[in-house]
Order: sequence, then C-alpha cells, then structure tokens
Amino acid sequence: MIPELLFTYFAAVILFSSIAGITRKNLVHSLLWILLMFVHLAGLYLLLNAEFLAMVQIIVYAGAILVMFLFVVFLLNLKEETKQSVFIHSWQARLYASLLLLFFAIAGAFTYKKHYTGNYTIELIEKQGHTKTLGIVLFNDYLFPFLILGFILLVPLIGVGIAAIRRKTNGTA
Amino acid sequence: MVPLSYYLALSTVLFFVGFVGFLTRKNLIMMFISIEIMLNSINVSLVALSHYMQDIRGQIIALFVIAIAGGAVAVGLIIIILAYKNKPTLKLEEFNLMREE
Repeated sequence: MIPELLFTYFAAVILFSSIAGITRKNLVHSLLWILLMFVHLAGLYLLLNAEFLAMVQIIVYAGAILVMFLFVVFLLNLKEETKQSVFIHSWQARLYASLLLLFFAIAGAFTYKKHYTGNYTIELIEKQGHTKTLGIVLFNDYLFPFLILGFILLVPLIGVGIAAIRRKTNGTA
Repeated sequence: MVPLSYYLALSTVLFFVGFVGFLTRKNLIMMFISIEIMLNSINVSLVALSHYMQDIRGQIIALFVIAIAGGAVAVGLIIIILAYKNKPTLKLEEFNLMREE
C-alpha cells in the first residue's frame, strides 16, 4: 500500500513540475520547478532500491547542473526576454504530433513483458550494500567504459577553458 | 508492489514532456533543460528495469548518462554564453550568423 502511495505522489509531482517547468515564462521560475522535479526523481530512485543513484541525482543534478544553469541565467541579462512570447509560431502542430507519438509509446510501455532475470537480487544487494555492489560491477566489468568516461569529462574541461581564453583575447584585440 | 509498466509509462510521459519542450520553446536555455528532462526520463526507465530484472547494469548505465549529461551541460552553457556575447538574445530563430545571405 505504501509503495503505491509513494509512487503516485512522486509521479504526480514529477509530471506536474516538469510541465510547469517547460511552460513558465520566467527562466528562474522554470528552473526552480525543474529542481523540484530532480529532487522527486531522487525519491523515485529510493523507491527502486537505488540509494547511490538517488544520492548522485541530488548531488550532480540538483547540486551541480542546476546551479550551472542558474549561474548562466543570472549572468545573462534576460529582462526583455521574459516579456515576449515563449513558444514558436506553429507549436500546436508539433504538440499534436508529439501526443500521437506519446500514445504509441505508452501503448508499448504497457505491453512490455520481461523475459530476462539477472542474479543481483534485492537480498544480495542488501547483504552486500548497494554502493559496494555498484562499485564492484563498475570497476570489474565496466572498467574500460569508466576510463573512457573520464576522458570524455576531460574534453569539456579543456573546451570550456579554451572558449573562455579565446573570449578574453577577442575582447582586448 | 508497483508494476513495472507504471514506471515505464511515467518515463515515457516525462520523455515526451521534454520532447514537446524541446520542439516548442524559443529559448535556447529552455531547449537545453528539455534535453535534461529527456535524459532523466531515460534514467527512470533504466533504474526501474534494473530493479525489476534484478540486474545492476541499468544503474551503471544511468550513472554514465548522468556523468555525460554533466559534461554536455558545461559545453552547452559556455556555447550559449559565447552566442549571447555575439548577439544579445537567446531566441533560436535569431541565430542565423552562419547562413549565407
């Protein structure tokens, strides 16, 4: 009974806050709605026995990515943008096409049947600890993707640095 | 016990909220946030499948998705800042700098 209630609450808040987030005119308001959505997604992960991912969701999405967005919104002077219309001209047609696609995708989600069962049961994860299990699998089976991930995270670091330096020299010269 | 299809349906609806936001908003930052919503919806379905199939690989892929999203946000936001310095607006239809007149 309690998991159903919690799922209903989280799903309702996630859907409402995401729809409110993409329809607000003011960018700061919509970012705060999206923050609410991220926090409730973390709650949904807790419901699915993924504590480590819930923590990462709070730290990375709500703590880092959203703060980056907020910094950029505060950095740019967007006073006159909030007074104009926010949607493109022919947005109704795109909305109808997306709703048609949504119908078929939901039909697919409800007809899905699982055939495969792995061997990481809830009891094993509870006995071993969720973070430890995740770490063992990550550093044994997925070591090479993990290293590639480190390299991919190095590329934005260098790219952002180069972009910032080039902007400074363009301003002086 | 909540059925798996409820999680998949929630993830689908969330994906299409992000999709509609990406298609219909004028603002560059809002389109970028819509991409983040889509990535989050994929994470929901990955974690739900990983829980119901008793496998842990879905959560590892979700971790990778979160990390790549962080890198993409850094690059995209610096591009938005540079574009704003070049032309002080965030409306996508105003950006025709690379088009040949």
